[in-house]
Amino acid sequence: MKGGLPMQGKRRLAAVLCVLLLLCFLPSALAADILMHPSYTYTYDFWFDIRESPDSYRVAAMITSGGLGLEKPLKSPQGLYAVNDKLYICDTGNNRIVEASYQDGEYSLVRVIDHVTGAEPSTFSTPQDVFVDGSGNMYVCDTNNNRIVMMDKDCNYIMSFTKPTDETFDQKLSYLPSKLVVDVSGRVFCLSKNVNKGLIKYEQDGAFTGFIGASKVKFAWTDYIWKLLSTKEQRAKQESFVPTEYDNIALDRKGFIFAVTSTFDELELLSDVAQPIRRLNAIGNDILVKQQRQPPIGDLDWSDDADISGPSKIIDITVLENDTYIALDRTRGRLFGYDTQGVMLWAFGGTGNSDGYFMNPVALDHIGNDLFVLDANECSVTVFTPTEYGSLIYDATGKYLKGDYDGSAETWREVLTYNGNYNLAFIGIGRALLRQEQYAEAMEYFRYPRDWKNYGEAFRLYRKEWVEQNIGWIFAVVCVLLITPLVVGKVKKLKAEVNKA
Amino acid sequence: MTALTRKRLFLLDKAWWRSYGQHLKYAFYCLFHPFDGFWDLTHEKRGSLGAANTIMALTLITRILMLEFTNFQFLSVNWEYVNVLNECLSLFLPLMVFVLANWCWTTLFDGKGTFKDVYIGTCYAIAPYPLLQIPLILLSNVIIVEEGAFYYVISAVQLLWCAYLMIVAMMEIHDYSLGKTILFVVMSLFGMMVIIFLMLLFLSLVSDAVSYFVSLYREIVFRLY
Repeated sequence: MKGGLPMQGKRRLAAVLCVLLLLCFLPSALAADILMHPSYTYTYDFWFDIRESPDSYRVAAMITSGGLGLEKPLKSPQGLYAVNDKLYICDTGNNRIVEASYQDGEYSLVRVIDHVTGAEPSTFSTPQDVFVDGSGNMYVCDTNNNRIVMMDKDCNYIMSFTKPTDETFDQKLSYLPSKLVVDVSGRVFCLSKNVNKGLIKYEQDGAFTGFIGASKVKFAWTDYIWKLLSTKEQRAKQESFVPTEYDNIALDRKGFIFAVTSTFDELELLSDVAQPIRRLNAIGNDILVKQQRQPPIGDLDWSDDADISGPSKIIDITVLENDTYIALDRTRGRLFGYDTQGVMLWAFGGTGNSDGYFMNPVALDHIGNDLFVLDANECSVTVFTPTEYGSLIYDATGKYLKGDYDGSAETWREVLTYNGNYNLAFIGIGRALLRQEQYAEAMEYFRYPRDWKNYGEAFRLYRKEWVEQNIGWIFAVVCVLLITPLVVGKVKKLKAEVNKA
Repeated sequence: MTALTRKRLFLLDKAWWRSYGQHLKYAFYCLFHPFDGFWDLTHEKRGSLGAANTIMALTLITRILMLEFTNFQFLSVNWEYVNVLNECLSLFLPLMVFVLANWCWTTLFDGKGTFKDVYIGTCYAIAPYPLLQIPLILLSNVIIVEEGAFYYVISAVQLLWCAYLMIVAMMEIHDYSLGKTILFVVMSLFGMMVIIFLMLLFLSLVSDAVSYFVSLYREIVFRLY
């Protein structure tokens, strides 16, 4: 027993030493971890470098088959629609629509829609998207039944939109509607697989009225020479010059259609030729407002991460009430928020199994400022709700849009206490200072994010003010500069004459 | 007389400073009377190596000042990725390689200038850069982008002036005709490429050779233990 104590003491000492040794390595291990994985939420700075940011959204809930109490779990769901407090999940693999209600982190199953009363056929076949209009009528992209079904809120058949018989629609192609939106006047816009002429447009009565928003076909003169030089067989094998297909569409508050595509030449992204996100007006032209240097293309930094590489592939988009639009990237499972001017507000997400990460995100929608992301592999919907920081950003942009510039600047100052790298906050404060005629301070705020346009405006006014204040001195200096040489010349002349005499 | 005392003497030598000042001042004469100026520069010894080095140093310093003090409206520099030494070398090395290539060609094709002459001529010819860049830096801080035309025009003038002076300098130093000068400037550019290629080749061979001996040493050490 007596000999036992020193033995124990030695062991304890060894243990303490081991812990100390481990602690020595810990900081470096942590540092390496931070360097390797950028934070969950981030923004891009002027130099396209990632700047870590506080989280703008956090996971509020995870809607799963089990949580909903579904007897048959979800199978490869592809479409999602959210309106008021209702959530419609297109359970593609089970040929049904699941309707759920969601409010403040609580969700419950409302009903399962698997048939349309009075339609032929009355069941769905791999439905890919669903839309619900203001009066509760549901529109379902019933893909393998080659139709879009419209039904009332009690699932009674109203009408269907079928393959256009018009000659502009290639009759050899099968009609496979995959995504749709319905505008306020009941016109239906849909995407169909293999159709690259843009959106298929139907009037309220189901009549096909043409395509809108086809991308322009690009044809370089080098391709022309290349075609001249190649043989017939080679020519047949070469890709034909067809416009890109859209992957998804969404409506914004004002009724414009946001369309996204993930087929593009990645070299044309930064020069804003590829335009993966478009806002189409009534005649199908892109009217999205953008920043020239950093257009909305998702990630600007495409560094390889394990088996992931290449640019973001935007596959869904949603537009909030405050006109912020959020794009969903399939490549890295990330969400990108942009304001009305096309400035990135934040980006977050990633691939993985933990909360807030995705395996195969396919659809995105919103209720208020909450975001819903559908994962086809996990068969779940992740619900994100803004954090205090995220809400402040919305608050500041909202106040600015309403014209409350000073209030907006105050909110931006609060945002800066959370994230000192937030360029938009600097610009927001600078703009308010500019309006308050505090030009020198405004210049400082514009200098940090290198916003030379606003800086130039502030500087022009500052310079004007400075000149007006110091006009007397400037005049005096100019006079002195002009008169001195004259006087000096006269004096020299006189001296020379005196010397001569 | 040791090197140190000689150095002290020349630093204290008033006559040396006076001639140095005159040589430096002569750069202004070359700027506005290039044909006459560059002829006298080497043939009449109106310029000196010291003055030439000073102009070169001023040019390099001006370049760094430009990166630091030009307003961000006209030049955005990401200092996280800037190495001042690299910036200097990226200006200095091409000029030196040009001087070397030019001397290599002209010495074979009866050019009158020595290597030193070509170097001095080149340095005097780039004098418009520090002369105009410093006012440009100041200008960039008192104008806005909409008035940027002034800035860009002066930038262009400064480059064209340098190019013009360079050609005249080569012409006068080697006593060539205009056509021959332009031919040899083009030849020099070609020669620069050859020199850079040879340097890279040499470097890669040396690094291969070194890595051979390093691996040999490692192998021996490994066997011995």
